[in-house]
Amino acid sequence: MEQNNKKTATTHNIGIYLWIWGLLFVFSTFSYLVDWYNLQGLLRWSLIIFFMLIKAGLIMSIFMHLYWERWAIVNVLLWPMTAIMVFVFIMTAESKYTFFTRALFFVTGG
Amino acid sequence: MSEIDISKLPKGGKGFVHDFAADQTTFKGVPWGKAMMWIFLLSDTFIFSCFLISLMTARSSTTAEWPYPSEVFGLTMFGVEVPLLLIAIMTFVLITSSGTMALAVKYGYERNRKMCAWLILATAIGGLTFVGMQAFEWSKLIFHDGIRPWSNPFGAAQFGSFFFMITGFHGTHVSIGVIFLFIFARKTFRGDFETGKRGHFTSMKSDYKAIEILGLYWHFVDLVWVFIFAFFYLW
Repeated sequence: MEQNNKKTATTHNIGIYLWIWGLLFVFSTFSYLVDWYNLQGLLRWSLIIFFMLIKAGLIMSIFMHLYWERWAIVNVLLWPMTAIMVFVFIMTAESKYTFFTRALFFVTGG
Repeated sequence: MSEIDISKLPKGGKGFVHDFAADQTTFKGVPWGKAMMWIFLLSDTFIFSCFLISLMTARSSTTAEWPYPSEVFGLTMFGVEVPLLLIAIMTFVLITSSGTMALAVKYGYERNRKMCAWLILATAIGGLTFVGMQAFEWSKLIFHDGIRPWSNPFGAAQFGSFFFMITGFHGTHVSIGVIFLFIFARKTFRGDFETGKRGHFTSMKSDYKAIEILGLYWHFVDLVWVFIFAFFYLW
């Protein structure tokens, strides 16, 4: 069994890990620069999310080896995570409504 | 573990249907420990998502001004105000430890015991550095800036409770990871995976797959920090 494992266990070139490591450093620096240059508004938010998703994708696909896994486990993991987005949209709507009722209360005094 | 030769199975979408229609294991070529770690991490993802989504909800529903993290977490170095300095260093430390962990997994599968053990130890030290800096950050915020879970001098009162809850929960994950990294560094140095020595808690034999599973947990901690960095500190 050990022999079998030895043969089938996939190891990758050290280069790919060092590359991803370097890229993570670069993208972290970029997302820090967003704050450093004090970008605001839509530009700030889209850049933050952009760099965040790239970093998350690199970590999951290469460091956590998802890129080399079979689709069975990849799909089981990624679809529920995607479903979180629905929750985000629900709570955005909810928080806007809460803000509206609060603002109304403070303006009209109840 | 699994005697199936996964290289002969269909790949991609066809493989997805094939694996789910199979009689026996669904996750072919995935050791059970790794599948369970992934499912645990998925549930952990939901917990952290709930924290971050409630942060979003609180922040966008409060009528009070939300404290600007860039200033709250800024440090003055040599008379210059540097925004988020400590947080940026913490981010780089965590990414570095994630890199050493990825290499430890690689050397583990290549049966390079010494290299694997040293890299796990380096990862543990990186994690310890992170926790140390977080302790410094917390004490600065509590004793110097007077941030409390129920109030703070910068703005919306909810800020403190979200800060302590989210970074505290993440810090707990890092601390647990550091403990396990030290344990596994010792196991690897001792050669447990070569001699087949049984584990203290599990009383099972283990091999270098355990390092990959530990690595998954550690990368996940780094992954969560990416989201916390984006949504709590930068937003």
